[in-house]
Amino acid sequence: MAQRTVLSADDIRRALTRIAHEIVERNHGLDGVVLVGLQRGGVWVADALGEVLHGIDPEHPVPVGSLDVSFHRDDVGIRPIVPGSVTDIPMSLDGATVVLTDDVLFTGRTVRAALEALNEYGRPRAVQLAVIVDRGHRELPIRPDYVGKNLPTSRDENVSATSEGVVIR
Amino acid sequence: MKHLLSIEDLSATDIHKMLELTDHMAEVSSRPIPKVPALRGKNVVSLFFEDSTRTRTSFDTAAKRLSADTMNFAVSSSSVNKGESLRDTIETITAMGVDAFVVRHKSSGAPQMITRWTNASIVNAGDGWHQHPTQALLDCYTIRTGLNRRDSFEGLRIAIVGDIKHSRVARSDVQAFTKLGAHVTLVAPPTLLPPSLEGWPVDVSHDLDALLPDLDVLYLLRVQRERMDDALLPSLAEYSALYGLTHARAARLAPHALVMHPGPMNRGVEIVVDPAELPGSVILQQVTNGVAVRMAVLFTLLGSGSASSIGESA
Repeated sequence: MAQRTVLSADDIRRALTRIAHEIVERNHGLDGVVLVGLQRGGVWVADALGEVLHGIDPEHPVPVGSLDVSFHRDDVGIRPIVPGSVTDIPMSLDGATVVLTDDVLFTGRTVRAALEALNEYGRPRAVQLAVIVDRGHRELPIRPDYVGKNLPTSRDENVSATSEGVVIR
Repeated sequence: MKHLLSIEDLSATDIHKMLELTDHMAEVSSRPIPKVPALRGKNVVSLFFEDSTRTRTSFDTAAKRLSADTMNFAVSSSSVNKGESLRDTIETITAMGVDAFVVRHKSSGAPQMITRWTNASIVNAGDGWHQHPTQALLDCYTIRTGLNRRDSFEGLRIAIVGDIKHSRVARSDVQAFTKLGAHVTLVAPPTLLPPSLEGWPVDVSHDLDALLPDLDVLYLLRVQRERMDDALLPSLAEYSALYGLTHARAARLAPHALVMHPGPMNRGVEIVVDPAELPGSVILQQVTNGVAVRMAVLFTLLGSGSASSIGESA
């Protein structure tokens, strides 16, 4: 099938820088901000954002974690569920501002599962959502707070977003 | 994978995948709220025709952590006492809506038989002298984490000591450990070894002391006291002198070696030292890991959909 590149590695870098500044602006600094990447695609996004944020404000280290939502999905038993790496949340989420990160936002079902899973680690003050690509086709009332690029797609297309770029197949 | 009946049905890859899934379940168990909604609405029934504390409670806890409903079928107060057959019992409970039966039975092969009478998943929680697959999986997981052997047991030396003949734990463990590449030696008096060990990929020894310094894992089995009545052992004291873990023997173990026991322990017989004072003892860790392993098994059978990737390659 034809494959087209929508964003280059440079575009991704610029998008991450912009999102990082938006996070600082929206939260009036980085006090209490933590990043949680959704397994598997959102983990690199959280790591990359963490680096940019450190460059912007080295005085406020931003803890980075990762979350596997397999056991909170609403399609358990309907299709095979293969967990990613084990969840790693080394910080308390009580009172924190959690920025969930993912590569591609599609139906919103993974984010719903993540919101539920987060509750088991504490009660954040607020949860925000940062994604590299919003490809539409939402099936739940969920919207991102920070978006790298809004990308109109058809349902059967496959979108991948890595630090190397965004590709539609 | 629809049922878990025997380690024989699993390939090394299947076992590894199950242990990887167990890592996730161990993480779930370590959360402030150790419960996930994965198996909401599934009904898991324990059907124990033999006594058990840890296995039954362990399965029960595992099912609850995955939000499944659980039902304990107490055989002693059931219609089995009025002469209801195993088949009628299964069909009756199945009619109430059951997704999985966790079965322990004194007859080898009973769980296999039950698969014909119900469309629910069957987990073998011990059948006669035959198999106890979740025990073997939790033992593998305990060794994997205790010795940090994530990829293979290649080169590990494991001794299983005690009543091999009547032990479903030994049968399952031998299969699982050797599938992962470990070298297993069975240590027992001749009367407690099976009549034939043909096809068992193991060595046999009657001399525990000679093996001790080279072991990575010392696995002690329970001496079933009822065996004394069968005159298979001259006395418990003699067994203890030859095969029990005494202070002298514990001192000769390598510093990294693990000491394991499936429980319940006969203190003063197969284990003379207090396990709490034994640095290598992972006996309680086995119990903790048992819950996580059983979560992984239940999730694989009930939560992965029909296209589960575990158990299809054997």
